[in-house]
Amino acid sequence: MQARDIAELLNEPACTHNTKSKSGCARPKPGSTAGGCAFDGAQIALLPIADVAHIVHGPIACAGSSWDNRGTRSSGPTLYRIGMTTDLTEQDVIMGRGEKRLFHAIKQAVNSYSPAAVFVYNTCVPALTGDDISAVCKAASEKCGVPVVPVDCAGFYGTKNLGNRIAGEAMFKYVVGTAEPLPVPLEAQRPGITVHDVNLIGEYNIAGEFWNVLPLFDELGLRILCTLSGDARFHDVQTMHRAETSMVVCAKALLNVARRLQTDYQIPFFEGSFYGVTDTSQAFRDFARLLNDPLLSVRVEAMIAREEAKINQALDPWREKLKGRRVLLYTGGVKSWSIVSALQDLGLEVVATGTSKSTEEDKQRIREIMGDKTKMITDGSPRALLGVVREYQADILIAGGRNMYTALKAKIPFLDINQEREFGYEGYSGMTELARQLALTLQSPVWQAVRRPAPWAKLPAAGIELTGDE
Amino acid sequence: MAEILKRNKALSVNPLKASQPMGASLAFLGINRAIPMLHGSQGCSAFGKVFFVRHFREPIPLQTTAMDQVSTVMNADENVIEGLKAVAEKSSPALIGLPTTGLSETQGTDIKRLVKDFYSKYPEYAHIPVVPVNTPDYTGCLESGYTLAVKAMLEVLVPRSAQAGRRHKQVNVLAGSFLTPGDIEHVRELIEAFGLRPLVLPDIADSLDGHLSKMDTSPVTLGGTTVSEISAMGDSIATLVLGNSLFDAADVLKERTCVPDYRFDCLMGLDAVDSFVATLVKISGNPVPLKIERQRAQLQDAMVDSHFMLGFARVAIAADPDLLFGFSQLVSEMGCEVVAAVAPARANILQSVCAVQVAIGDLEDLEIAARTRGAQLVISNSHAAETARRLEIPLLRAGFPQYDLIGGYQRLWIGYKGTRQTLFDLANMMVESHHEAEPYVSVYRRDKGNAARAFPRNNVAEAPVF
Repeated sequence: MQARDIAELLNEPACTHNTKSKSGCARPKPGSTAGGCAFDGAQIALLPIADVAHIVHGPIACAGSSWDNRGTRSSGPTLYRIGMTTDLTEQDVIMGRGEKRLFHAIKQAVNSYSPAAVFVYNTCVPALTGDDISAVCKAASEKCGVPVVPVDCAGFYGTKNLGNRIAGEAMFKYVVGTAEPLPVPLEAQRPGITVHDVNLIGEYNIAGEFWNVLPLFDELGLRILCTLSGDARFHDVQTMHRAETSMVVCAKALLNVARRLQTDYQIPFFEGSFYGVTDTSQAFRDFARLLNDPLLSVRVEAMIAREEAKINQALDPWREKLKGRRVLLYTGGVKSWSIVSALQDLGLEVVATGTSKSTEEDKQRIREIMGDKTKMITDGSPRALLGVVREYQADILIAGGRNMYTALKAKIPFLDINQEREFGYEGYSGMTELARQLALTLQSPVWQAVRRPAPWAKLPAAGIELTGDE
Repeated sequence: MAEILKRNKALSVNPLKASQPMGASLAFLGINRAIPMLHGSQGCSAFGKVFFVRHFREPIPLQTTAMDQVSTVMNADENVIEGLKAVAEKSSPALIGLPTTGLSETQGTDIKRLVKDFYSKYPEYAHIPVVPVNTPDYTGCLESGYTLAVKAMLEVLVPRSAQAGRRHKQVNVLAGSFLTPGDIEHVRELIEAFGLRPLVLPDIADSLDGHLSKMDTSPVTLGGTTVSEISAMGDSIATLVLGNSLFDAADVLKERTCVPDYRFDCLMGLDAVDSFVATLVKISGNPVPLKIERQRAQLQDAMVDSHFMLGFARVAIAADPDLLFGFSQLVSEMGCEVVAAVAPARANILQSVCAVQVAIGDLEDLEIAARTRGAQLVISNSHAAETARRLEIPLLRAGFPQYDLIGGYQRLWIGYKGTRQTLFDLANMMVESHHEAEPYVSVYRRDKGNAARAFPRNNVAEAPVF
């Protein structure tokens, strides 16, 4: 990938971050960098497309430690869970045989698994040795009769965020607009209901959580052409250009796809979230507003009234248990506020939230929702997080999996809200699961047990105390 | 002698291999107050970190030189030097491990020279040893990367000396990558039971055993072999080398210090443990403690009990070479047949694996061989869970990574004690997966089933909230 292509991807007009200095896109600092690379980001964004063979072109480190690693779920094909890599050898690198191996690898994948398409993810070593993966993909596609999409996402191009955009760009360049949606089946038509086609962008169906919400779309007469990319099929992505509106779900990362659908196909989009009662209702109202269908609005309001009444009743016993508990939320971007509404719905008090990856707009939302008292955390190092937990007397840390052991080592209750988690929290019904998981960790007797000193601890300790914070 | 089948396909499907930089990082994580920094793009470290965090369920210190587009094409020397400075300045570690990656090796980095340049540019950090090691991921696997790092540490940290036996109770242990923290703890107990003092390199039992401590967070490893201990390895009375893969590294130690060494391919199964214990008798001059005699007798009893289930069992194993060899040895001693054996990369020990053939390959190769040859159970890492599910046979999780088994990282496999538990588990899997024969209904019977339900009807309209 050329430097100018990367620069172009970093320029995202629809992103509020864009006008500021590109802090999120700054060069990583050697010796003090956390977070994934461009390949990581591209793979995460596209891997949930279930009937595609995802081939990682490179030596083993890229696929070897990352395959079959995500909590995303499929209702049908499971091909996406099969890890595939060209596993380049020293001889391949020295003799320049990478392209040849890739070509045969694609053929092998098609022969063994009959995928709907093949995605080839480029990585650092072949990018550096100069493998022309676009040309190989083109040749392999002609040979195999299956679409083969190059995703040029070598890790050294930049951060995970850039990788997400590269993925979106690849979809837009090679896939979107290459097929038409099938007609709505006659038996699914209901009198008085106009079926609208919509897209969801940045919905990954972690732990199958989108299935909490999907029945409501069916009820309202909203047909989802494509969720990019949770539980999606290759054909779904091909037909995204026919939607009437798109929703960008809880992530800035694939904003470029939504923007280009708007400029090239005049498909309007909005940003929203399915975490929390308030936000879920708002998302459906936004659909009705953009689709401009008064009958739909009526159905949406009726559905919201019914679902909110139901969930409020179901949550009451949990609110008793959770009321007034203090939360430190540390996560990226949109989630810094989107999940806050979910927590407030449950009666929890969010005392601090992480904003290191948030945009100005995100920060404004935080102030609106949580007031000026709330601490905004920019330093996400374990020591800083624990400092805030103590200073603000938080009862629980809610963050991504990588911070889990930071909390547990410090004997603090923890809830995982990132990709790898096992539970789905979306939609109205997801709230009970969220409440259950929160109560489970907050009320667990183990915290008491591990904080209690050993019975013999009155004797002077033989070892040296490393910190004096207890 | 097993026939080695070379990799014969372009696409690796469901990879078994973890990379050399990962192995090297693991070795450095067994050193006290150390931090590995991979010379590559930030993803090399981020993936490695997640891999180990999920396996050990521990915070893992791992940094990166964060090569980007410009430094990759132009020159990444500055990344290494500034990265080392940043780590030295921020974390003041006792040791920095510096493994290379496919990216930096392809670029052609001279990692050893860069370490010299770092010291001359920042002499104030001369006291912090930096151990560079060439570990491209396009060759070898986790095990070989681990060995390269151990070897590099010996070369950098052990001075040439001729004082073998000066500390007459001190015994060096070079611990292979197949040993879990639980295994190393047990090795230590066995050695101490003979009145000897073990000096384990690398000691992940001290750093990655999973313990809550007063120190709530740290940018470097908490525990492990100390750098000063490593420099005193030349004073030991003997060296115990655990794992065939480490024999190369053992040559380095022996050549520098003249400490006599005893080498073991594995520590699973009665015979292997017997020879280890006999060596301890020889080094210490002490008799076998009663406790260990008892453990041996318990293992013997377990072998008798479980032979009914394990005799003739058809086993498929996929693991790094040392572990593959150890399991093949163990199950063969129980009368099992290893019908599929797969290793991710070549190694000397593979020809000794107790199987007709050993394939260099992936979990797809294992799956195909296991299906063709009717395997009844699989021994491999967590990635094989799906493989085993498709084969409809049970999986014993061993090796890296084990992300779906709580406590898998610290399981004791070795010694009389560990072997005994492994046998119990294998036997139970065979019992549990035993399939009942399909019922056969005579064609002369007229009542071909009735309307009775096989399951209770679900009368609960909606599941309760809890």
